[in-house]
Amino acid sequence: MANEEVKLYGMTLSPFVLRVEWALKLKHIEYEYVNEDLKNKSPQLLHYNPVHKQVPVLVHNGKPICESTLILEYIDDVWKTSCPLLPSDPHEKAVARFWAKFAEEKCLHSSFDVISNAGEELQKAVEELQQNLKTLEGYLQGKKFFGGDIIGLVDIVAGWIPCWLPMIEELVGVTIVDEEHLPLIKAWMHDILELDVVKKTMPPLDKTAAHMKAIRENVLAAKST
Amino acid sequence: MASEDVKLIGAVMSPFVMRPRVSLNLKGVEYEFLEETFGSKSELLLKSNPVYKKIPVLIHSGKPICESLIIVQYIDETWSGHSILPSDAYDRAIARFWAHYIDDKWFPALGGIARAQTEEAKNEAIEQVFTGLKLLEEAFEKCSGGKPFFGGETIGYVDIALGCYLGWLRATEKLIGITFLDETKTPLLCHWAEKFSSHEAVASVMPETDKLVEFAKMIQAKFKAPANK
Repeated sequence: MANEEVKLYGMTLSPFVLRVEWALKLKHIEYEYVNEDLKNKSPQLLHYNPVHKQVPVLVHNGKPICESTLILEYIDDVWKTSCPLLPSDPHEKAVARFWAKFAEEKCLHSSFDVISNAGEELQKAVEELQQNLKTLEGYLQGKKFFGGDIIGLVDIVAGWIPCWLPMIEELVGVTIVDEEHLPLIKAWMHDILELDVVKKTMPPLDKTAAHMKAIRENVLAAKST
Repeated sequence: MASEDVKLIGAVMSPFVMRPRVSLNLKGVEYEFLEETFGSKSELLLKSNPVYKKIPVLIHSGKPICESLIIVQYIDETWSGHSILPSDAYDRAIARFWAHYIDDKWFPALGGIARAQTEEAKNEAIEQVFTGLKLLEEAFEKCSGGKPFFGGETIGYVDIALGCYLGWLRATEKLIGITFLDETKTPLLCHWAEKFSSHEAVASVMPETDKLVEFAKMIQAKFKAPANK
């Protein structure tokens, strides 16, 4: 599409920004990436996202769209011809939206609890995350991806799992996903990491691990005071 | 569409259940309302929503759809007639943004008032509700373009998202003695609240404020631990 101006305001360590990049690349949409320093947010970011002041923000022909899952739906709405992220059948679409919301509200939030806890609380948080991943696994039902043969909205929203979870496991010293208990999730994680779009956009692992370690240390220190 | 099998599992007091009810009414779709008894969950509910075990659940020709806003979008995509989401992709994104803000930030602040353990926490929650309403007043001005609803001439997605909380907003006002919808602070929202509540698709499914107040007191009494053990 000529004369389309697409900008993505982001930050290299953010899983929320990564989702949007995957969607843009899958649909072969050309875009300009604007890297933000979240400790020193640009006037443009604050102008485009005055409510949350966060990344990602997609700016399409000067108009901003905020919140990563909403950006994904917008991209799918506008660029319909290639790589649909959602099924066309209304019921299947509703089911996909349900699981995307579950992956976000239950799995992602449980992972924050894992990072922010130690000792007995850590163990509880790990068990909760494993339970939620087990529930999510039900939606895979022997498909290669949540979207079927190709990745869709749920794969993209849950995409932090293959990229971030191994780092979280190393950080807290606990195995969360193993072949015995979560075989389909384990296989899916491997298949996601094999995708070109994922390989090309993997965040710098050492910086991401260091960033996560710093967050964990700060949260645990605050809890002990 | 004759002999459509449409069922909605829900409860009259639930703002989340009100959302699909208003949507179905707007589309003129007839449905069977299966009311859950407070404190217990029917087998049909547990079977239709095994993940969350919560209402509302829409069952259309035997297939369940869960989560209130997902149901509203499903209703909009399945039945023609009144359009709930805007036709323009960007306007759709803006509508989803505000509905998400309302559910993710604003309503938890309102609920936070009753859940607050300290006076400080309570006042903070009250402040957040006011701040949110101010933001929503500005959003209304932009979205409505001078027309009566967030959706313009007719009720749309954001109207449904926010409007279904009006009963609980008014009940909270009565319980704590504070006026949230204040003509001097958010005049557009005040006017909108009247229009929304009296709309024919809404009036019959909006729970009465006094009944919500009674219900809230009953829940609060139930969840307060016995004073002396």
